[in-house]
Amino acid sequence: MADTAISVAAPDAVHEEAGLFGFTRAQALAFGVLVAFVLVSPFFLYPVFLMKVLCFALFACAFNLLIGYVGLLSFGHAAFFGMGGYIAGHTAKVWGLTPEIAIIGGGAVGAVLGLGIGWLAIRRSGIYFAMITLAMAQMVYFFCLQAPFTGGEDGIQQIPRGRLFGLIPLDTDFTLYWLVAAIFLGGFLLVHRVVHSPFGQVMKAVRENEPRATSLGYRTDDYKLLAFVLSAGLAGVAGGTKAMVFGIATLTDVHWNMSGEVVLMTLVGGLGTVFGPVVGAAVIVTMQNYLAEFGAWVTVIQGVIFVACVLAFRRGVVGEIGNLLKVRL
Amino acid sequence: MTINRRTLLAGAAALPALGGLPFRSARAQAANTIRIGVMNDQSGTYRDLSGPGSTQAVELAVKESGITQRGVTVEVVQADHQNKPDVGSTVVRQWIDRDGVDVIVDVPTSSVALATNTLVREKNKVFLNSGAATSDLTGAQCSPNTVHWTYDTWMLAQSTGGAMVRAGGKSWFFITADYAFGHALERDTGNFVKAQGGEVLGAVRTPFPGTTDFSSYLQQAQRSRAQVIGLANAGGDTINSIKQAAEFRITRGGRVKLAGLLVFITDVNSLGLEVAQGLVLSETFYWDLNDKTRAFTQRLGAMPGNIKPSMVQAGCYASVLHYLKAVGDMGVAAAKASGVDAVTRMKAMPTNDDAFGEGTIRADGRKIHPCYLFEVKSPAESKGAWDYYKLLGTTPGAQAFRPLTEGSCALVRS
Repeated sequence: MADTAISVAAPDAVHEEAGLFGFTRAQALAFGVLVAFVLVSPFFLYPVFLMKVLCFALFACAFNLLIGYVGLLSFGHAAFFGMGGYIAGHTAKVWGLTPEIAIIGGGAVGAVLGLGIGWLAIRRSGIYFAMITLAMAQMVYFFCLQAPFTGGEDGIQQIPRGRLFGLIPLDTDFTLYWLVAAIFLGGFLLVHRVVHSPFGQVMKAVRENEPRATSLGYRTDDYKLLAFVLSAGLAGVAGGTKAMVFGIATLTDVHWNMSGEVVLMTLVGGLGTVFGPVVGAAVIVTMQNYLAEFGAWVTVIQGVIFVACVLAFRRGVVGEIGNLLKVRL
Repeated sequence: MTINRRTLLAGAAALPALGGLPFRSARAQAANTIRIGVMNDQSGTYRDLSGPGSTQAVELAVKESGITQRGVTVEVVQADHQNKPDVGSTVVRQWIDRDGVDVIVDVPTSSVALATNTLVREKNKVFLNSGAATSDLTGAQCSPNTVHWTYDTWMLAQSTGGAMVRAGGKSWFFITADYAFGHALERDTGNFVKAQGGEVLGAVRTPFPGTTDFSSYLQQAQRSRAQVIGLANAGGDTINSIKQAAEFRITRGGRVKLAGLLVFITDVNSLGLEVAQGLVLSETFYWDLNDKTRAFTQRLGAMPGNIKPSMVQAGCYASVLHYLKAVGDMGVAAAKASGVDAVTRMKAMPTNDDAFGEGTIRADGRKIHPCYLFEVKSPAESKGAWDYYKLLGTTPGAQAFRPLTEGSCALVRS
C-alpha cells in the first residue's frame, strides 16, 4: 500500500514542479545552481558589483523575452530601463516614497511607455521595427535631456535608499542585496513562466511563422504588444532597482549605447535561452568593472573578447553549453 | 578540431573576465600607507586632458612631497570610469571598501564627479576633484570631504565673459547647445558680459546631441555683427563649430573673435593652430606661463602621447601635493581616520605650488587661484611645439570664483 502510494505520488510531485515554472530537468538543475550562486556569492564577492550584475541580468532577461521568444529586435530598450531609473529616483528622492513603491512605479512607467512605443512599432517587422524603437528611444533620450526633473547631464543624484516597506533600512549593501536578489529572481521566474505558458507557446509560434499563427486564428499583434509591454515593464523595474543601488539616475541609462549593450549581453550569453542573458550580463558587467584598472585597454580587450565570442560560439555561452550537453537551458 | 579551437578561444575569452573576479583579495589596511586612487577617462574624449597624464602628475606630487622619506608609503592606483556614473561609483566603492583607498583624485565628467562626491562623503574619505566643471560641487552639493581644485563653470563664464569685455569684446552672440548645461553657460556668461557694460545681441540654440553642421548658426552669428561669438557648448560641438568657423574665415582679420567657454589646451592641440588661431578661452594653468610652471612641466618629463600638462593634470599634481602636506602635518593615522579632518586641515593651510602659485581653499571646498584669459596664437606667432597661448588678461583669485555666499553651500551657513 505504502509503496504504491509513493510511486504514484512521486511522479505527480515532479509533474507539479514542472507545471509550476515549466522547468525541464536540466533547467531545474541550472536554476538550482543560479539560486545557490545568488545566495552564496555576496559572502565572497563585492555586493554592489553583484547587485549591478543582477540589475543588468534582469534587464537582459526582459530584452530576451522579446528577441529570443517573439523574434522582435528592439533597439530602444534603454528608454524603458533609463526611464524606470528616473521615475524610481524622482519618486524616492522628491516624493519620498518607499523603495519598493518607487521601483514598482519605475516598472509601471516603463510598461506604459512600452505600450505607446510598442503599439506603434509592432506594425512593422525586422529592421523597420528596430528603427522605430530606436527612433522612439531617442525621443525619450531627448526628453530626459531637457525635462527639468531629470537634472540634465548631471542626472538625479543622491537618491536615498530609504526603508523597505517603511520599516527595514537598506543603508548597508548587504541588506539591499537581498532585496535586489529577490527582485531579480522574481523577474527571472516571471519571464520563465511567461515563456513556458500557453501564451509563450503562441509567442514562439509568432516568432517561427507569423502568417501561420494568424491563419490559426491568433491575433498576433495583441500577443506581440503584450510581450512588448511585459518586456518594457521588467526593463523599467531593472532600471528602478539600479537607481536604488547606485543612488543615481543619469543619461547613460537612456542613451542608445545602453540599448546596444543589452543586445551584446543577450548575444554573448545566448539568444533565446532562459539563462543566457544572465550569464551574458555577468560577463559584460564583469568586464566593465574589473577591466577599469587596465585604463585605455578596456575597449580593446572588450573588442577582442566580443570578436572571440562571435567567431567561436555563435549560440552564446549558454547556447553552446546547451548544445554540447544536448539540453535546452 | 572545431571543438579544440572553440575551447581555446572560449578559454581565452573567459580568462580576463574571470581572472579579476575572485582572486582580488582585500589588501590589509596598512596603518602607515596612504592610497591614492586616480579615476578619470582613459579611453574617451577626456583622455588627453586627464587620463594617464593625471596619474603621472600625481606620482610627481608624491615624489616631491618628500613624505616617503619619512617612512610613509604612498600607493597610486588608477582606473577608467568610461564617463559612466555607475562604473565610476562601483570603482570608488570598491576602492574604499576593499582596497583601502583614502583619496580619490581627478574625476572629470560632472555626473560621475557628483556621484563620487556623495559616496566619498558617505564613507568619510577625501575627494580632490580637478577634472569636473560643475560648480555644484562647491554649491548646492558641497561636501566637507571635497576640494574642487582647478576650475568650474562659474569661473569660465566669468573670466571669458567679463575679462573679454574688458579686453574690448563688447557685443556678443551665443551659439548654445540646447540643453541645461548650454543654457546655464549662456545665461551666466551673458550676465557677466552685461555686468561689464557689454551687450548680448542674440543667441541661437543648436540641437544637442547630434548637430554636426554649424554653418547656418555661424552665419547667423556673423550677420548679427557681434564682436564676439560665444560657444556655449562642449566637446565635439565646440570642436566642430571652431573648425567650421575657420572654414568660413569668420575670424580672419581679427574683427570677430570666437570665445570658447569650455575648451582646453588639448583641444587646441588637436585642432591645430591654423584652425584654432584667434580663439579666446580661459584656463587657470598654462605650462608656458612663467618660470615656475615651466620648471614644473620640465620636472614632469615626457607625458604619454607627447603632450604638455593640461590645467586638469596640473590640478591633480597640486591638490595631491597639498593633501600630502596636510597629512605630513597631522599624521598619517589621523588623516586616514577622517576625511573631513584631512580636508579641514588642507583648508587651514595656505597652498603653494609651482603650477598655481600661492592660494587658499575656501570653506565650501573651492580652491582659490587666479584665472587667465588667453588667445590662441596664429601659426606665425608660435615659436615652437605647444607654444599656443598669449595672455590677454588675468582675473585675481579673489574675483575669479563665485562668491562664498552665493553658492548656497550648507557648509558656509553653519
